[in-house]
Amino acid sequence: MSDMTKDPATARPSRLATFWDSDFVWSFRHSPVAIIALLVVAVLLLAALFAPLIAPHDPFNPATLNLMNGFTAPGVPNAFTQETFLLGTDDQGRDVFSTILYGLRISLFVGISAVMLAMIIGVVLGLVAAYVGGWTETIIMRVADVQLTFPAILVAMLIFGIAKGITPPEYRNEMAIWVLIVAIALSDWVQFARVVRGAALVEKNKEYVQAARLIGRGPIPIMFRHMLPNVLSPVLVISTISLALAIIAEATLSFLGVGAPPTQPSLGTLIRIGQGYLFSGEWWILLFPSITLLALALSINLLGDWLRDALNPKLR
Amino acid sequence: MTLLDINKLTVEFPTRRKVFRAVDAASLTVEPGQIHGLVGESGAGKSTIGAAVLGLLERPGHITGGDIVFKGDTISGLNADAMRKLRGKKISMIFQDPLTSLNPLFTVKEQLVETIQAHHDVSDAEAVQRARDLIDRVGIPDPDTRLDQYPHQFSGGMRQRVVIALALCSEPDVIIADEPTTALDVSVQAQILELIKELARERQVGVILVTHDMGVIAETTDVVTVMYAGEVVESGPTEQVMGRPEHPYTQSLIAAVPRPTLKLHRFPQISYGGRETRFAIEDLARNWPKVENDPSKPLYEIKGITKRFLQKRGLLPWSREYFTAVDQVSFDIKPGEVFGVVGESGSGKSTVARMIAGLYQVDEGEVIFDGKTVSNLGDKAVQEAYRQDIQMIFQDPFSSLNPRMRVDEIVAEPIRHHKLMEGNAIQKRVEDLLDQVGLGASAALKYPHEFSGGQRQRISIARALATQPRFLICDEPTSALDVSIQAQILNILKDLQEHLGLTMLFISHDLPVVRQMCDRVAVMKAGKIVEIQDTESLFANPQTEYTRELLDLMPKLDDLSTENLE
Repeated sequence: MSDMTKDPATARPSRLATFWDSDFVWSFRHSPVAIIALLVVAVLLLAALFAPLIAPHDPFNPATLNLMNGFTAPGVPNAFTQETFLLGTDDQGRDVFSTILYGLRISLFVGISAVMLAMIIGVVLGLVAAYVGGWTETIIMRVADVQLTFPAILVAMLIFGIAKGITPPEYRNEMAIWVLIVAIALSDWVQFARVVRGAALVEKNKEYVQAARLIGRGPIPIMFRHMLPNVLSPVLVISTISLALAIIAEATLSFLGVGAPPTQPSLGTLIRIGQGYLFSGEWWILLFPSITLLALALSINLLGDWLRDALNPKLR
Repeated sequence: MTLLDINKLTVEFPTRRKVFRAVDAASLTVEPGQIHGLVGESGAGKSTIGAAVLGLLERPGHITGGDIVFKGDTISGLNADAMRKLRGKKISMIFQDPLTSLNPLFTVKEQLVETIQAHHDVSDAEAVQRARDLIDRVGIPDPDTRLDQYPHQFSGGMRQRVVIALALCSEPDVIIADEPTTALDVSVQAQILELIKELARERQVGVILVTHDMGVIAETTDVVTVMYAGEVVESGPTEQVMGRPEHPYTQSLIAAVPRPTLKLHRFPQISYGGRETRFAIEDLARNWPKVENDPSKPLYEIKGITKRFLQKRGLLPWSREYFTAVDQVSFDIKPGEVFGVVGESGSGKSTVARMIAGLYQVDEGEVIFDGKTVSNLGDKAVQEAYRQDIQMIFQDPFSSLNPRMRVDEIVAEPIRHHKLMEGNAIQKRVEDLLDQVGLGASAALKYPHEFSGGQRQRISIARALATQPRFLICDEPTSALDVSIQAQILNILKDLQEHLGLTMLFISHDLPVVRQMCDRVAVMKAGKIVEIQDTESLFANPQTEYTRELLDLMPKLDDLSTENLE
């Protein structure tokens, strides 16, 4: 109970209780799909976060690797070393379960960072376009339109290529992850900018914005203090869907070989490595990273779907 | 025979936390050729009754008690299929917004013919003939050419006539008109009501007229039912209910209606349902800086201001087209007076207010406040000072407060921005202000959505008073409010002018309200001022034809009880 209020008779319920009782949480509690999706995302997030503690092997420490363990099938003892691996091993004898945990880390890190960057760029540009209008708006939105005519993955590859060209070779592997984040973010900001501009154009004409102008507030406080909180709910929705897309984009780039370097394999890199062995019988090297990616992307998407319905009063 | 008999109807909307009873055991009857008015404030359940009769209750609402008997048959509880046959054929509906009740993709003829043939087995030629007759009957001139036009080619009033023609296609016995004239200008409103009256007599149709407007009720209906919080509080012949109301709620409702013929000092405060809230003008006045109003010098000089809006965009200046919203408008505002601007929608009155407030740039002319030019300001210091001196109260209390800000943040924002106070003094001042406008200091920690429309307008007033301004712009401050709340807010504004010496610009389309509030009035039409006069002489002796027309269109409220008025 809240002990902040002096008079218990007029005490409002604690913040937590209010939150738990809100329509938002209520709709979550009554949506089995959302609960399962959140559980899957939470498990995968925790698994990625605590990968070093959970993983039975460190796939990046060559000292612990035994080439004799290569191509061990899941659950079957290796013919030479008698070691058993839950999800089998790859060509170099790395435990697939451990590489997935570490790959998940890279994938999630890249995905979340890219979406946050895209969100910041998109929200700021969208707000400015809507509030300032005129030439500024025309230029921002035309750039966005032009970018939309290219497939996002092409834009990301282009940026990746340019970045690779200008970074010195000795830093390339170190920089690869950051370049990946920027490339995905720059291919994704348009979604945010368009949604924010649309919502902000509606908000701009509401009287509370005029009231703020009348008080004398400048454009920056009006945009970020007044309008931003009112356009955030659609941003929240598309950021979840964008997160799934960003993780897939990262996987696609890595699959194409332009993404995460082999020393820091992401789920996409693992899938690329695995697909080489698909037809020679070592199916597990491809299958398990793919399932993980699928579960992650699907859960985030379902969560985004639920969020969209919960935040849209018309659908209630 | 009684056409429609609603007997102890109860409609409930179960929600997550509780069951909301929108209509509570309401009874009323409609006879052929009779117009039955259903009046009440928002949330009284009047529209819900109309929807229940039509079987159009929005889910999860449903009838939980009583019945609806139409020509001897009980129709409540019919399944959706049977209800659909009845709806449109025997019972028609006229909605509030004529723009959305017509399909913009079809001509008027196509829509009428389709409806006629859906209900009657007639040939195409005959259906067209009937459509033409209907269009002619509802008073649309030149029916032969108008038939082939699309809804967007009709004005608002003409469009509502088409909607009425559509409702008549099936030759219904009952028409439910839900606020049929609320979206229309006064001049059009009177004509549409007259048409509904004629048609009801001529075709012996029973009409349920749902409205919040006492003027409409007094002029149009034969019988009236007054609702409050889902319950019928009073019902009877219009003359009796309006002239000699018995129930205290009806009395308070009628007393709150602004009269076109009578200037009141204050609206009577008759409380019903415990909704009266105190406004502590004395507390407010004690800490208010003394204003010395020098009546010889005007506070504002508006000199020929003009505003053009871009209508057609173009890269080159000469390919652009402009629409002149305000054209060479000039007037003075004396210190301490309430200056009214009236006009129909689109007359440019709000644009004038926004130019004076500095929200719009002025294309031509000048706004001079207290001897200084304040239009199109470049000078930051003058601008900041001006921003402190004027404030505005907006029309829509639901959009004028930022929904994501707490009430104390909203009221404190002007104080913080102008750095008038610091630290705890701000909190103290905000609580005082909220207390003075009658919300209590505890309102500070809530969000705007926790308040009703009238309470939000009080928050708006608290925000406007935070910088202790000298001038207040009120842009239709009460047109979104119920009549009893309107009376409270108007009383507050009068107090502000009287006790604090505030000068006001009062924008309104509602002439009776203007008469109660303003000292001088400017009448606007199509961006120009047609007449400026003292309020009393304007109402007694209008100088221009247009003003006379506007005055004639005011609802005649002579039948309304004048009991309880000072």
